[in-house]
Amino acid sequence: MGMLDKKYHDSNIIIVSLESALNWARKNSLWYEQFGLACCAIEMMATAASRYDFDRFGIIPRSSPRQADVMIVAGTVTLKMASRIKRLYEQMSEPRYVISMGSCSNCGGPYWEHGYHVLKGVDKVIPVDVYVPGCPPRPEALLEGFLKLQEKITGETIIEGKKEDSDKETKTGT
Amino acid sequence: MEVMMNKTTDSNSERREMVINMGPQHPSTHGVLRLELVLDGEVVKEVRPNIGYLHRCFEKYAEELGDYASVTPYTDRMDYVSAMNQELGYVIAIERLLELEIPERVEYIRVIISELQRIASHLLGIGAFGLDLGAFTPFLYLFTEREKILDIFEKTSGARLLYNYMTVGGLMKDVPKDFKKDTAEFVKTFRPKIKELNDLLSYNKIFINRTADIGVLPEKVALNYAASGPVLRGSGMKWDLRKDDPYSIYDRFDFDIPVGSGEVGTLGDCWDRYMVRVREMEQSLRIIEQALDGMPDEGDVTEAVPKRIRLKEGEIYCRTETPRGELGYYIISDKKGGPFRVKARAPSFVHLSMLPSISKGSLIADMVAIVGSIDIVLGEVDR
Amino acid sequence: MEYQTGDIGEPWILVETSSLKPVMKTLRDDPQLLFDVLMCLSGVHYQKEEELGVTYHINSTSLGHKLAIKVRVPIENPHVPSVESIWKTANWHEREAWDMVGVIFDEHPNHKRILCPEDWEGHPLRKDYVQQEFYQGMPTGD
Repeated sequence: MGMLDKKYHDSNIIIVSLESALNWARKNSLWYEQFGLACCAIEMMATAASRYDFDRFGIIPRSSPRQADVMIVAGTVTLKMASRIKRLYEQMSEPRYVISMGSCSNCGGPYWEHGYHVLKGVDKVIPVDVYVPGCPPRPEALLEGFLKLQEKITGETIIEGKKEDSDKETKTGT
Repeated sequence: MEVMMNKTTDSNSERREMVINMGPQHPSTHGVLRLELVLDGEVVKEVRPNIGYLHRCFEKYAEELGDYASVTPYTDRMDYVSAMNQELGYVIAIERLLELEIPERVEYIRVIISELQRIASHLLGIGAFGLDLGAFTPFLYLFTEREKILDIFEKTSGARLLYNYMTVGGLMKDVPKDFKKDTAEFVKTFRPKIKELNDLLSYNKIFINRTADIGVLPEKVALNYAASGPVLRGSGMKWDLRKDDPYSIYDRFDFDIPVGSGEVGTLGDCWDRYMVRVREMEQSLRIIEQALDGMPDEGDVTEAVPKRIRLKEGEIYCRTETPRGELGYYIISDKKGGPFRVKARAPSFVHLSMLPSISKGSLIADMVAIVGSIDIVLGEVDR
Repeated sequence: MEYQTGDIGEPWILVETSSLKPVMKTLRDDPQLLFDVLMCLSGVHYQKEEELGVTYHINSTSLGHKLAIKVRVPIENPHVPSVESIWKTANWHEREAWDMVGVIFDEHPNHKRILCPEDWEGHPLRKDYVQQEFYQGMPTGD
């Protein structure tokens, strides 16, 4: 803001495209649905707590999927839980994003070999935008994941709409 | 939320019971727990806990990996809030089967780290309990203290939450040079914080109204349900495995066992269980100070670690005191390189089975307080 | 009843299934024994002998002693009487033993799976367990 009004000698004018303004507003107030499943949930809580503060990015936790923009899948996804995750994802209203936090939700994690009840990656049931590796990822890594998501939102257009093909294919009645 | 209405055939009053789901996604259930509440208006008549949403096949992994030492990272992930205590239990069980002599320096470091982990776990448990009831400030203040402990752990083992630091016979590597200085400084700065916590939360009138006389657990019921840890001590029974069935070198230290006394309500209510945890943190500080004084400065922490672990046939049930209660490992060994069967007896699993009997007749808001005061971790319940 | 030990570790007492409940009741009520806490109940699959076993670890908080008790049943007919009426904590432990290993507990009030979903096939902790390929349309493997 300071750079622009020095350029135009009038402190109240900014010239910007509507898309940029909308994207700027959306990316700086991403409200996440607190959906902590396992160990990564503790690191998510630590990121939201005093030392690695989430609030300075405009990110606050909401309990209901209807009020959230982002779903952070933090922790191991088991087969019993997978249908509930799908149901929660379908309750979020668009535009919606998913961050997969931790190795377990990226690809099954340490339970990839003999875990009979573990779903090897949450992207088998819902589409994922950002993958954050780690077991558990440090709070700084989760913050970087959010910054990458903000970069992704900056590049979005409002004309075509977000591509949700895989979501349409896997829609079931549950 | 699924709502099913059952009309009772009572001709005078139309009482209708509702079955409501609480969870598996819920901000206050401490993880993926599903509680089916049978309600009559606002009063809970019956609770049916459904678990298994985080079942990660720990026991299958312990059998299939074929190596005693590779199981340790998976024990971390059971109760992820107090990982060092889980590792300690498993490692002590194998050492008892092998009948190993552990060096003195290793024992002292293990005790200091276990007690620091106990404090960190209670800080999270108390913070989350306050958060469930609406107290946001203690959560932030306590997390600041917890971060200091996690800094010490990060310098020691390399990780903040899941360490894989203890091995059979010793530790992965020695503690850094300023471990003693950092820990002593933490002990000095943490004591006044407990007083601050008591001023903020423990004797706060709103908190007392929400937790006193709620979820009363009589001592006989607690023993029949095999309760342990702060849940049993909150009901007035002085039972702590560090004194009643000592392991490691806990018999050398002088500390008290805080028990619930019905100070602001009935004996065995939520407030008692909460206060036992707060007072336990003070006792842990005493143990850490004594251990820091007695710790030998020289010694190799990896000298007793066996290169290969081969056991004969036999079995053992070894129990240790974690921040949540009694953690037991039942290990059957045969002549192969890995265990034949490992069963982890998790305290949260046992405590959660008590929930239907202590929450009859409470309100929905009280359910949140009761589940928070038992302090469960779903990774342990489902393993 | 038979007292047995392994080469290392702790000993146990092997009991017949027909006398399990009276033995457990005596262990809990006799004034010289007073085993008031059932610490752990585990199901085990012994593949070589084609048997299933259940191990009980009990403890007395007043007198300070511990004991391990085992029962063994053939795998074709794995019925064991339930001790839920003696120690309430056995309720969930027995459900887990049924879920993981396949031991059937007689007179159990709620004999259902607890950890795996209701429509899961097989008992995962058996040595010859082969996991199912798909569950409700989702792949269980890679």
